[in-house]
This record gives sequence, structure tokens and C-alpha cells, in this order.
Amino acid sequence: MGKSYGHAVNTPLADASLVACPNCDLLQRLPAVAPGETARCPRCATDLWHRREDSLNRTLALTIAAAFLCFIVNIVPMLGLSAAGRESSTTVFGGAELLWEHGMHAVAALVFFSAVLAPALQISFLLLVLLGVRCGHPPAWVGTLLRHIPFTQLWSMLEVMLLGVLVALTKISEFATVMPGHAIFAVGGLVVLLAAIQCIFDPREVWERVEWAETKARHETAGTQELEAAR
Amino acid sequence: MNARGVTAMQLGLQCCEACGLVSRPAPGLEEGRCPRCAGHLIFRKKHSLQRTMAYLIAAAVCYVPANLLPVMTTITVSGRESDTIMQGVVRLWSPTGWPLSLIVLVASIMIPSAKIAALVYLVFSVRRGSAQTPGQRVLLFRIVRGIGRWSMVDVFVATFTVALIQLQPFMAVEPSPGLFFFAAVVVLTMLAVETFDPRLIWDPVSSKEVHHV
Repeated sequence: MGKSYGHAVNTPLADASLVACPNCDLLQRLPAVAPGETARCPRCATDLWHRREDSLNRTLALTIAAAFLCFIVNIVPMLGLSAAGRESSTTVFGGAELLWEHGMHAVAALVFFSAVLAPALQISFLLLVLLGVRCGHPPAWVGTLLRHIPFTQLWSMLEVMLLGVLVALTKISEFATVMPGHAIFAVGGLVVLLAAIQCIFDPREVWERVEWAETKARHETAGTQELEAAR
Repeated sequence: MNARGVTAMQLGLQCCEACGLVSRPAPGLEEGRCPRCAGHLIFRKKHSLQRTMAYLIAAAVCYVPANLLPVMTTITVSGRESDTIMQGVVRLWSPTGWPLSLIVLVASIMIPSAKIAALVYLVFSVRRGSAQTPGQRVLLFRIVRGIGRWSMVDVFVATFTVALIQLQPFMAVEPSPGLFFFAAVVVLTMLAVETFDPRLIWDPVSSKEVHHV
């Protein structure tokens, strides 16, 4: 993913509206899309571009709310239990920690990564990208962070965790009193916010503004004869 | 724009997966670097089919102990009791709890096996150079990529059950070895999806179209 510095830099095309579908590689020109519309690949129907009204400001507002909820999710208990006169409760991190203590190191690391670290990275990367792009000349690190967001998104599994918590809650409630913790509601809110962010965020808008990693390459563009061929 | 077209690779162009910029690699080179975001560029993922197949074989091997070994052990005063994933599903089945039981059954047992089967089919169809129903096969790939993560649900169920039920000496729940293999199946199938390059599905179709033109 990041270890590309050994390779030679490609020459960009002059026409920035030309894209290839990530799923079928069909070369095509992005149509003029109005805010609220989506451009799809004519061959395999993959969404190529969601253009959204005021995308970056709205995403920033949702991301600030998500950062706040993410913080809450990780400090307050997820589930509490009272049985036989004893009470216990656990946070997300506490769950991973206990697996680790039982010798399940790999599974504990996976739970920690997918339920704590990846969501936190996803939200903080997005926050930094959205704040960085607000300066006059967004620096190249904005692009570096943006490039790694899909990876954090892939492994961030809050919605799956929420379902897991609900199943565990149902299971345990058969023989003990389970108290849903505040974190359950916070995760629920966070799942909704992250889904909304995914609908509203338009990375193309950031890419158009960001400083190129290879500033020189921006000006030496390749010829346009391939555009003619593509039509 | 019609469905008959040219792919970026046929014109010697690469489209950055991260930022979408189309660029031309230096003459004679297969790999390059995106000038805008410095991401790694390559026409098609390297050894995509072999690597996907390797992850799938590893996942299929782990799938057996994941289903046969217990994932959780309940220790009570009267003794120890171990549950496999399937026993967990059965235990959850009740007049009120059956929808959740069904979700776990689908997420933990049906999705991983369907995912392995679907990817094996995709790998073989690409290896055969099939040009049949590419649209449906890409759709299948996208569904597999979208639902695969839900298999993790049992790992989280076990995590929270173990974390909560620590009422020694009355009752305690411990994670059991099956959980490791189960988590391994989920991770390995996700890696198999990530190494598979869906553009390979369309390549035989694209080259046919060019020959006809």
C-alpha cells in the first residue's frame, strides 16, 4: 500500500475527467454530475462518483460528532451484568484485554484492531483530511492520509460489533440481568454517522484541491491522443 | 458512451485506486507511482489468482476446526460445558430469540462457506478465460466483498460473553481454540477478497471487443 517509493513516477493525463472503472477498467470520461447525483460505470454499474451538495463541510460536521461518540464508546461500559449478588461490566477494550489474558492473543488483537483502533484511525484520518483541506494550499500529507482511509474503513467493524453485542445481550439475559451500557447507544449513533459520512463524503473534491505528491509531474502531462481513442 | 469500450490497460494507462487519477507509466515499466497521491500503480494486482487461491485454501483448512472445535467453554460449579458455533446457534433458538439465532447461523456458518465457494468459482472462471456473464460475476464479487465482514459477529459475541461472565466460582466463560480458527477464516477470506482483482473478470470480454472492432 505505502511502499511504492521504489517505483518510477507515472505521467498524468491532461484531462482529469478521464477515469477507469475500478471493477472493470473501462476507460471513460466522467459526465457533468449535478450535486446529489451519482455517476455509474455503463458497463458494470459500479458507482464512480457521488457528487454531494456542500460535501466537505457536511462531512466535517458529521465527523466531529463521530469523533465525540468514538471517544465515549471507548470509555464507558458496553454491557453490565448482575447475577448472584455480583455485578460486572465491560468496555470494548476490556473485552479484548480479557481474551488476551486467556491466551487468545491473535483474536484479542483482531478485536482491538477492528473495534477500537481501525474506527479511531478512520475518524481521525478523516478529521485531519477535512481540516487540512480547508487551508489555502492543502499539503501532500492530506493526500497520504486520504489514501489510507479505505484500509481503515475495511477493517473498522463497529456495525458488526453492535450486532455481536446484541446477540451476547440476548444470550446472557436468559440467566442473568444484563444492563445495556451507554456505549451501546453511542455505537448505534456512530454506526449511523459513519454510514451518513460514507454517503456524503466526496473524496474527488479533496483530490482536486490537494498538493500533488510529485509537484513537477502536475505540469508535464501526457498527450491527449488516448482520449480520442477512448471515445 | 456505450458498453463497448477500451480499458485503461489496453491503452497502457493506469488508474489510481486511491485517487482516481489516470496516468501513464514510464516506457517499458509495468509498475509505477501515482503522481498525485504517491500510491502504488499496477495494471493488474500481482499474482492475484494464485494469492487469492492460497488464502482460500488456508481458509478452507481453518474452516474445519472452526466448526468442529468449541468456541466457548462455560465453567460452572457442576462442571464444564463446551459449545461449538452450531451448538451456540441451537442454544439461541427460542420462541423469542430465533431471529438472532438465524442471523448467527447465516453470518457464521453460511456466509464463510458461501464466500469460499463463490471466490473459488470466480478464480476458476477467470483462469478459464471465461467471457460469460461478466456483469453478474462482478456483482457476485461485490456482494462477497460487502457481506464478508458480518462473519465477525460470532467473534464479538464470544468476546463480550467472556468479558461479562466472570462470576467465579459460580460461573465463568472461557474462550476455546475454535474461536481462533473461526477468526482466522474471517481474516483469510477478507484477504482473499482484497487480493482478487475484479478487473480480471472483464479482461477476456474487453480483448474480444477490441478484436471485433
